[in-house]
Amino acid sequence: MSKTRTHRIDRHTDPEGPYPPTEEMLAEPIDPELRKAQGERLKKAWAMPKGWRYISAVNNSEVGKWYSLTAFGFMILAGIMSLIMRVQLAVPENDFVSADLYNQLFTMHGSAMMFLFAVPMFEAISILLLPGFLGARDMPFPRLSAYGYWAFLIGGIFVMGSILFGAAPDSGWFMYPPLATQSEGIGSDVWLLGLSFIEVASIAAAVELIVGTLKCRPPGMRVNVMPLYAWYVLVVGGMILFAFPPLIAGDFLFEMERSFDWPFFDPTRGGDPMLWQHLFWIFGHPEVYIIFLPSIAIAAMVVPTAAQRPIVGYSWIVLSAVGTGFLSFGLWVHHMFTTGLPALSLGFFSAASEAVVIPTGIQLFAFVATLMVGRVKMSLPMLWIAGALAIFTAGGLTGVMIAIAPFDWQVHDSYFIVAHLHYTLFGGMVFPLIAGIYYFYPFMTKKTMSVRLGRWAFWLLFTGFNITFLPMHLTGLKGMPRRVFTYPGDVGWDWLNMISTIGAFIAAAGFAVFAYDLLRPKGRQPKAPRNPWNGGTLEWSAETTDHGWGSRSIPYVTTRYPLWQQKGIVERMDEGRYYLPDAEEGLRETLVTSVIDAKPLQVMRVTGPAWVTLWAAAFTGGAFILPTFHIYVPAIISGVLAILCICYWLWTSTAIIPEKTKKDAGLGLKLPIYISGPGAAGWWGVFITMLGDATAFASLIFGVFFYWTASPDFPPEGSIHANWIVMAAAAALLTASWGAMLGSRQLNMNGRGDLATACLVAAPLLALAGIGAMILSVWLPGLEPTSHVYPAVMWGLVVWTSAHVGAGVIMQLYCLAAVIFGKVTPRYDAPLWNVTLFWHFVILTVLVTAAVVAALPRVL
Amino acid sequence: MPHRREGIEIFARKPTAVVAGAVFAAFGLSACEGPQSAFGATGADAIQLETLFIVMLVGAAILWVAVNGLFFYVTRVHTTSISRRLANGVIIGGGIGLPLVVVTALLVYGLSIMPDQRAEGDGLVVKVTGEKWWWRTEYQPLAGAPVVSANEIRLPTGSRTTFELTSERVIHSFWIPKLGGKMDMFPGRTTVLTLEPVTPGIYRGQCAEFCGESHALMAFKAVVMEPDAFDAWLEAEAAPIQADPQAPGAEIFFGEGCGACHALRGTQANGAVGPDLTHLATRESLAAAALPMNREALAKWVRNPETYKPGVKMPAYDHLSDEELDTLAGWLMELK
Repeated sequence: MSKTRTHRIDRHTDPEGPYPPTEEMLAEPIDPELRKAQGERLKKAWAMPKGWRYISAVNNSEVGKWYSLTAFGFMILAGIMSLIMRVQLAVPENDFVSADLYNQLFTMHGSAMMFLFAVPMFEAISILLLPGFLGARDMPFPRLSAYGYWAFLIGGIFVMGSILFGAAPDSGWFMYPPLATQSEGIGSDVWLLGLSFIEVASIAAAVELIVGTLKCRPPGMRVNVMPLYAWYVLVVGGMILFAFPPLIAGDFLFEMERSFDWPFFDPTRGGDPMLWQHLFWIFGHPEVYIIFLPSIAIAAMVVPTAAQRPIVGYSWIVLSAVGTGFLSFGLWVHHMFTTGLPALSLGFFSAASEAVVIPTGIQLFAFVATLMVGRVKMSLPMLWIAGALAIFTAGGLTGVMIAIAPFDWQVHDSYFIVAHLHYTLFGGMVFPLIAGIYYFYPFMTKKTMSVRLGRWAFWLLFTGFNITFLPMHLTGLKGMPRRVFTYPGDVGWDWLNMISTIGAFIAAAGFAVFAYDLLRPKGRQPKAPRNPWNGGTLEWSAETTDHGWGSRSIPYVTTRYPLWQQKGIVERMDEGRYYLPDAEEGLRETLVTSVIDAKPLQVMRVTGPAWVTLWAAAFTGGAFILPTFHIYVPAIISGVLAILCICYWLWTSTAIIPEKTKKDAGLGLKLPIYISGPGAAGWWGVFITMLGDATAFASLIFGVFFYWTASPDFPPEGSIHANWIVMAAAAALLTASWGAMLGSRQLNMNGRGDLATACLVAAPLLALAGIGAMILSVWLPGLEPTSHVYPAVMWGLVVWTSAHVGAGVIMQLYCLAAVIFGKVTPRYDAPLWNVTLFWHFVILTVLVTAAVVAALPRVL
Repeated sequence: MPHRREGIEIFARKPTAVVAGAVFAAFGLSACEGPQSAFGATGADAIQLETLFIVMLVGAAILWVAVNGLFFYVTRVHTTSISRRLANGVIIGGGIGLPLVVVTALLVYGLSIMPDQRAEGDGLVVKVTGEKWWWRTEYQPLAGAPVVSANEIRLPTGSRTTFELTSERVIHSFWIPKLGGKMDMFPGRTTVLTLEPVTPGIYRGQCAEFCGESHALMAFKAVVMEPDAFDAWLEAEAAPIQADPQAPGAEIFFGEGCGACHALRGTQANGAVGPDLTHLATRESLAAAALPMNREALAKWVRNPETYKPGVKMPAYDHLSDEELDTLAGWLMELK
């Protein structure tokens, strides 16, 4: 090993060469022979696997397609469930289905629409479209998309399939304890574990979408010129990142209560069912906007095309989208207006809920303004947008009503709410989504859908929807509660329900026409024109023959509507005059740019087809699904296999040391192939994931403070407390482990591989000792987690933190192996950066846990 | 506008059209009525909320027509370009100005009624406990001992009654739409609701928070009475059973061990698992409003409660003969 102690390795990561490109550089003609050879090489690098190997594909265009079709399939299944419920309710005292089955049906209908359709559909469509909007070759982590998809498919089939065995969850999609914690059978576990699994996949996709938007934009596309859809991806991705973790934390507590009888929500042992309601709705309300904003995003792409001019009020829309995202986290209590909270807090949350009208109004009126300024051509997508507006404004206005707490006391949990939420979701999700499918269909498939069938589908769905749900407002005001499997004949709800049932079948016919038009073979149809709507954004530069490469060369973009505002951009892209026109090494590459200004930073090599992602998803599924049936040992084995698969996948396909430090990215610009630290997409992936993870941990801490403030005897008199000396030792050991990790990164960078290796040997040992000490600190004094919520929550924190440290140990060992086997060198050290970043979050978790477990009870 | 004039003339010339219109309006109103409807409110709180709703409905209808009308106008009627400045005005006026005014006014009005709705009670206190699909009640008058009953709420007009709500096992919600809004019932905690009935009558209430398999069948009749009538009822309700405890039906009742779960004040039956039956037959409905209160329904219910309320705790007594069941039901109907 080198003895030069302080010599810092020259990392050579700065781009070299001219940037931005001048007009003369872009006008430079390209030799046709060379162009053809480049095209061949690109085609080969991005070729789709053939035959049965097709399912090993990871390309965003394939994964996105599977993902959206699967989500659509789950939507159809959940829709069929609603039809069964409508038949049951058509007449009073019906016995078409039993009470038990009805309860499973409405629970599954809601859960599936939320977790298997609305959120995944946004992610699926975004995976499919985002690279097109950004002129990128692919998403930054294609294998992660594939992993997320397979996890979604497995989890979705598991959760959906449970109803075939009469074992589906039956406590409502909100799963309120104590009903859901006491529910017999495996239904609640199916919900908790199956959907947690899917939530993990959702977060994975959100991370990828955020990183894709931040780091994979084309050169020159500053944040203030990126397509509005990309802004919405950022906002919604961020919301998923902060909204799902409270639910995951809640799921964790809930499953601990189900499996080990730790009484988090049991009022007889100090628990509180209200904590679940808070955690659930801190997730649940942003969820509404997570569903709604992507549809606004679609409208934001369709409307300027319909008006044939740039959007009016771009900045207003961006600010409103961000504002809606923030506000949505401060409204959750309006789902709990009838729980007897103090009037002051109800008033506050009423006002906060009403405040959302403003950003929502700005977005809607910006579209109207765009249509005013432009010359509107009414096309089929615009018909669906108009329908969406008609339905959504009705739902929004009833939302304004029920945000007034006293009015909500009357209609809460009645059919008025059922009507309201379906108006917002059909107007704010289903109709814009279908508009988007009609609009983007030529981009996605190079074919067009039928205008005639599209109109049929529209009018059937629009009238059917309104016949179903408009009367429900009255049904609710006439006192019919939600979630009832039957009702008496003498209260005046019978004819209203019959109307709703008839409407539901008309709406179903509309869906059937749409599904037929979407899926019917269009082989003989001629290809759609390249830019059939004359849109102005980059996705319409896609060639009519799909070569898998996305765009032939990655353009230099300086305007919001480059196809309208940058003359000749499409021809130049086709001719390969922009960046990355070639795949000299036959590898899949895309550009990484800087977060704000989109300056080119790196030529990133992205991963190609793989089976390991499928295996990893299957084993992760096993680890989540098997505990439902209390099969723990195979579940642990499955979990270990999942970790091994993921390690193999990371080892063989990420942070590969390149054959040269830099390569020509086109237009004379030489970019590094490998970068580590805050410039790299991987580092951002870890950072963003850990923000979500920290939110879940914060939710647990919120739980501790909730118990403390909401109940007079927390901790109860004479409780046993954790041993603070042992806990302090645990904190010290883990801090040392974190220090060793940080040290290994710095020493390695300074060329001291030997010392870095020593640090990486010490770090996991210290961490394992730390886990041991942390568990001893609650185990030695004899905290009994089933006795009361206080010891349970202390144990919960220790388990949560230990699991994170455990993951950190695996990562440290991975780094150790990487240093020993030369996968990490002083110049190429991305794993060390990423794992150190993970450990920054871990040490934060450890210190907070230590403070809360050991110090807080003594302060109180 | 020739069209409109023509329409008016039709009304002027054909009185039948006017009658038809009036009939339609009347039907429209009656279509909203019902024993569990928030329309035709009979309690002070519900009347306030009904007015609030009508105001909001009118406002919402105007706004809906305005927004969608504007959209229709710019996409269908006036499709050519309108000035940019006007468009900016639409964003600021429609997105900020209008909502700010409307929402502020609505918040001031809507929240100002909250103190009325949350006003303290000034009369009777009723403790209601949500059980596995039935309601345990305990009346605590200003003077006199508490009276235990079940599955029906009786209230006097002229004062504000306080409900102290709790639950045995899972979350329920207590709701009488004709009288006012709802309040959730939690195990291990008491929530408070006050209601001020105005018009006597028999209304219907129902559990509004999903509480398991037979959530749909957890309802009750709410009987609002003049104060004097109420006092008389409460006095009768406080008394022990009025039926003959030696009758053949009573023998079946005690012989089958019904008293282990149900209480009959004045007898050895003191079970507290199921509803108190001391004055069962005075109630307007049976089994938390799942069945009518009559002899046939009682016999059917006792034979197999599961048929009428899936998942209910009460076991089936299908080993009793039709005759025995009828005798038992007949005696139960004497529990006045």
